[in-house]
Amino acid sequence: MAVRERPLSPHLQVYKPLYTMVLSILHRATGIALSVGSLLLAWWLVAAASGAEAYALVATCLGSLPGQLLLVGFSFAFFYHLSAGLRHLAWDLGYGFEKRTARRSGALVVVSAVVLTTLLWCLLLGGAA
Amino acid sequence: MAEFSLPANSRYKDIPGKVHAAPIGATKVKAFRIYRFDPESGEKPRIDTYEVDTGKCGPMVLDALLKIKNEVDSSLTFRRSCREGICGSCAMNIDGTNTLACIKAIDDMAGEVRIFPLPHMPVVKDLVPDLTNFYAQYAAVKPWLQTRTPAPPDQERLQSKEDQEKVDKPSACILCACCSTSCPSYWWNSDRYLGPAALLAAYRWIVDSRDEATGERLDELEDPFRLYRCHTIMNCTEACPKDLNPAKAISEIKRLIAERQY
Repeated sequence: MAVRERPLSPHLQVYKPLYTMVLSILHRATGIALSVGSLLLAWWLVAAASGAEAYALVATCLGSLPGQLLLVGFSFAFFYHLSAGLRHLAWDLGYGFEKRTARRSGALVVVSAVVLTTLLWCLLLGGAA
Repeated sequence: MAEFSLPANSRYKDIPGKVHAAPIGATKVKAFRIYRFDPESGEKPRIDTYEVDTGKCGPMVLDALLKIKNEVDSSLTFRRSCREGICGSCAMNIDGTNTLACIKAIDDMAGEVRIFPLPHMPVVKDLVPDLTNFYAQYAAVKPWLQTRTPAPPDQERLQSKEDQEKVDKPSACILCACCSTSCPSYWWNSDRYLGPAALLAAYRWIVDSRDEATGERLDELEDPFRLYRCHTIMNCTEACPKDLNPAKAISEIKRLIAERQY
């Protein structure tokens, strides 16, 4: 019998999306989003330095509905990455590895990211009104 | 580089599987959808369906697998031995997570039960993965006592109760490979990342008060891939059927390496 190359058993295709791996990939995704999003910040600062006309263009873009949604996403990415980063810091100090604790801290990360994002936008929109 | 999709020879949905219907008169039917690969057929892997009368079957997934092999399809291939969660042979992916078939209760799962070999491994046949690399990684951490001082003449090397307790849990690892093959980092980098099982074994000897090669052991692990591909995802700890905590052990190793620099 000729030797056949062994097939690779399925992995992502069949593994249950456990909270562990979902939160982990979300941490990485928000990290990438923040890196790309920092271009937005740079654009805003450059525009502010370039003069009123350039700044008005940025303000219009970010003030539009898609712009605002983008900023909501950006702020969520920021708060999620921050919360998950603190969770990683606790882990690096040796805390929070018990299964129950890890599940709770995971839930806390998601809740705090949603609450902080909501709070920020309530403040911003409340301040604008 | 991580390859998220399966290579062409590994796609298991390309050919239809066989369906083995429940026997007439079966009262409590449960469908088991099982990954099949026959190296001699030249065919791609496929999913076969076996309807089992769980009313006439033991409580665990392994009982159902044995019933299928004995009564329906003797070609179904899997590893098993102790049937009580101590040998680690029947590790497989059941209902989406890695565990031992012998201690996973059928009634814990609603609907169809999907069974695959341990994820992201070369498949020898059906549910039997090739564990050569996994065992080589275990051997690479030198899982034995290393000493320089001569042993005391008329007694064993003694250890305090507290020191013994440090190695109690990590010594309970049965090398079933559930943890390593649940780890996405291991999926993408198993050629260079040791994986949770081997690192847990390394930790077991690093914290052993009798071992005198702690420094060398840490030197061996201080590597961007061997140790630091662990990103604390925690799939390993979730998967461990013996309720051990490889993620915590890996974190301890990282801290020991960091601390010895100061």
